[in-house]
Amino acid sequence: MKIRVHVWRQENRSDTGKMETYTVDGVLPDMSFLEMMDHLNEQLLSQGNRPVAFDHDCREGVCGMCSMVINGEAHGPMQETTTCQLYMRHFEDGADIYVEPWRSRAFPVIQDLMVDRSAFDRIIEAGGYISNHSGPKPEPNSMPIAPEVAEQALDAATCIGCGACVAACPNGSAMLFTAAKVTHLGLLPQGQPERYLRAKSMVEKMEEEGFGSCRNYAECEAQCPKGISIAFIGRLNADYLRATLLEPMDRRGKMEAQ
Amino acid sequence: MLTLNANLPTGPIQDAWTNHKNNLKLVGPKNRPKFKIIVVGTGLAGAAAAASLGAMGYQVDCFCFQDSPRRAHSIAAQGGVNASKNYRNDGDSTWRLFTDTIKGGDYRAREANVYRLAELSTAIIDQAVAQGVPFAREYGGKLANRSFGGVLVERTFYCRGETGQQLLLGCYQALAEQIGKKQVAMYNRSELLDLVVHEGICRGIVARDLESGQIKSFTADAVVLATGGYGNVYHLSTNAKGCNVTAAYRAFKRGAGFANPCFTQIHPTSIPNAGDYQSKLTLMSESLRNDGRIWVPRNPGDKRLPADIPEADRFYYLEERYPAFGNLVPRDVAARNAKEVCDRGIGVGPTGYGVYLDFADAIKRNGVHAVKSKYANLFEMYHRITDEDPIKTPMRIYPAVHYTMGGLWVDYNLMTTLPGLFAIGEANFADHGANRLGASSLMQCLADGYFILPVTIGDYLAKYGLQHRLKSTEPVFQETEKEAASRVQRLLSIKGKRTVSDFHRELGKIMWNDCGISRSQSSLEHGLQAIPQLREEFYRHVNVPGSHDHLNQSLEHAGRVADFLEFGELMCQDALLRDESCGCHFREEHQTEDNEAKRNDDEYTFVSVFEYKGEGAKPELHKEPLEFKAFPLAQRNYK
Repeated sequence: MKIRVHVWRQENRSDTGKMETYTVDGVLPDMSFLEMMDHLNEQLLSQGNRPVAFDHDCREGVCGMCSMVINGEAHGPMQETTTCQLYMRHFEDGADIYVEPWRSRAFPVIQDLMVDRSAFDRIIEAGGYISNHSGPKPEPNSMPIAPEVAEQALDAATCIGCGACVAACPNGSAMLFTAAKVTHLGLLPQGQPERYLRAKSMVEKMEEEGFGSCRNYAECEAQCPKGISIAFIGRLNADYLRATLLEPMDRRGKMEAQ
Repeated sequence: MLTLNANLPTGPIQDAWTNHKNNLKLVGPKNRPKFKIIVVGTGLAGAAAAASLGAMGYQVDCFCFQDSPRRAHSIAAQGGVNASKNYRNDGDSTWRLFTDTIKGGDYRAREANVYRLAELSTAIIDQAVAQGVPFAREYGGKLANRSFGGVLVERTFYCRGETGQQLLLGCYQALAEQIGKKQVAMYNRSELLDLVVHEGICRGIVARDLESGQIKSFTADAVVLATGGYGNVYHLSTNAKGCNVTAAYRAFKRGAGFANPCFTQIHPTSIPNAGDYQSKLTLMSESLRNDGRIWVPRNPGDKRLPADIPEADRFYYLEERYPAFGNLVPRDVAARNAKEVCDRGIGVGPTGYGVYLDFADAIKRNGVHAVKSKYANLFEMYHRITDEDPIKTPMRIYPAVHYTMGGLWVDYNLMTTLPGLFAIGEANFADHGANRLGASSLMQCLADGYFILPVTIGDYLAKYGLQHRLKSTEPVFQETEKEAASRVQRLLSIKGKRTVSDFHRELGKIMWNDCGISRSQSSLEHGLQAIPQLREEFYRHVNVPGSHDHLNQSLEHAGRVADFLEFGELMCQDALLRDESCGCHFREEHQTEDNEAKRNDDEYTFVSVFEYKGEGAKPELHKEPLEFKAFPLAQRNYK
């Protein structure tokens, strides 16, 4: 296969950046999209040019590192597929392919196709956990969890934190990401004590980081490589609402566990 | 001169860890904030350790080269995590998990460490559930189990085929809690370039900020390496692209002993390599062997579609050769048998290096739905990569490098031979011997990170005392920074014609052929000749573009490959010195009539520990003798 790729090139955070076009020959249908990019980079290197920077690591669709908008869609045209698991057999010989980084105010471009997603980490740091020390814990079977509840929690926990939902959303909203974590922990009995505070702190952090609001475009679900459902956003809204409506009067100040 | 004092506990093995813990010194809660600990790596071991230490009140600096701690490669573990809960009432116990692990490791692991691992396994499940890890449940809401290669009980806990991901997210969230509380300072996109050693004690690290290119040192009272394995020395492996040996190898060059570098696990069930462009191999969890039957055509050159080959012409080689375990033999046995049938010319697929893993019988027995619900994401993944549906046609699989049992030598407290430097998870060597059992790596990483290191490091710190931390303005930090910077500069100044990937690919081929599934004196001698030549070629002709003061992925890769080019030689040296077969280390000269690994217990019941002796000098071999008091030595037999 011979294809033409149009790639976003940007030196660093302050550079304005632009699209560049390269012709790539010798592409095989069984190559993954990232192997095609490796191939392009070898070609650029042999011509004395700077290779294209892009994030990638596990190359098996689970680390969430790869992040490319391909022909206008986050992770490209295949449903529930990360860029690293997208294969060239899904493109025509001679195709023009447009490759861009995630676009969002909250994800500044570092170089070429690589963006800074640390805002996601900060949302988790704001409450996306069940507080714990390491050490002896109760026997798990003393707290039975119906398999359908565990499965639904796992459906939400499957989120790989890649940021495709933000890239896909016209508003750059991180609601799907936040909702997935709130749902995962909020469905389980272990997550109940912090459930409402968690929803509130995570949503507040999300807004502070500059993500947009949800307007039910549902593009996030459509382009999510793990098929996370927007039904979870409804759950997040319900938990958030309850957290803000029923917030107890702060009579004694918050108590931090020692 | 390196001394090996394993600090082994005394008394009966069942009480050893408890007694040992009771005799360790503690750091009180008021003093913990005064100590600074560096944790490098944020996989299961690193994130668990950083989170646990942070929660205890220590000051922690934590480093990872990825853009977020949640990306570490523990995330890709599919199958499950072992724990001897005995929920199935099938006779499981700490003792059985211990003996299974010792046997699986072919009697080349340290007994006391393995017993402790088995003992802590159940607490890991409790900890993970408390964090909200959504393990599979049975209808009554109790935790579900499945069996895994190499054992006769069902003790593996799982979350579909994404157990590693869920356990890692548990650790990551625990770490995030501590980062949010400012107990842990997280440095993303930062790579360790060297360790700072002063007066024989590890005092900190030198790291490169991968975005700005800045090389900077960090000072600490103790350093913990949780930097994973070195399978990428083979170029193609199931490891993530970024996995590397640099941190462990730099520790070795600074005086830490490196143990059993040649012990590499080749996983039997990976999707076969398709061509030179291949950038990594994808594992298919070995839990698939519970329901899949492995076979090849009996006759060479049988080009019929698998469905058209009648039973009589199918060779279910594992079931025929190992009736008791069948398709569930340990990984090394399964891998070697696959290679053996393919070398005989009866392999399948375009390259002839593949075997079938067939679900037809399981589907007939349990229905498509039952099989699919168990392995949904694995089947999808396979379908996506190969364009073939495993429900309709058997999978094709072939062994791939997966895990490295070798690593930095550590004592019972997980401290290396360099005081102040600890190694946990896959980066150390102690628990898996010459072969790791399935679903045991998650267990070991979490035992190290949650329960062992947080206690043992306190003993070191309590004895080390306060006020010994060096200021990062001390000359030793500047010198180490300068050395690291000059190595970076050397790589950039060559500006040759060959790319880094090209060298990596060539090194991988040498390692796979000469120090792979099976090794022999002649193959290893070949490797020992070829690697230094390739290294010389690398320093003459490698092309690393750009400069050091910005984000430069080629430079990152070059640094890692440069270390692999030295480390590969150490692996071959070790494999050559170990003139026996054991576990995954299969020396062709030493096999039984049934092509099984033949150990030589009289001469090789020891851990090989290598000490760095300077540029160009041969590393010196030290031996830690292994004693099997609780569970005496016996020949492994999976028939």
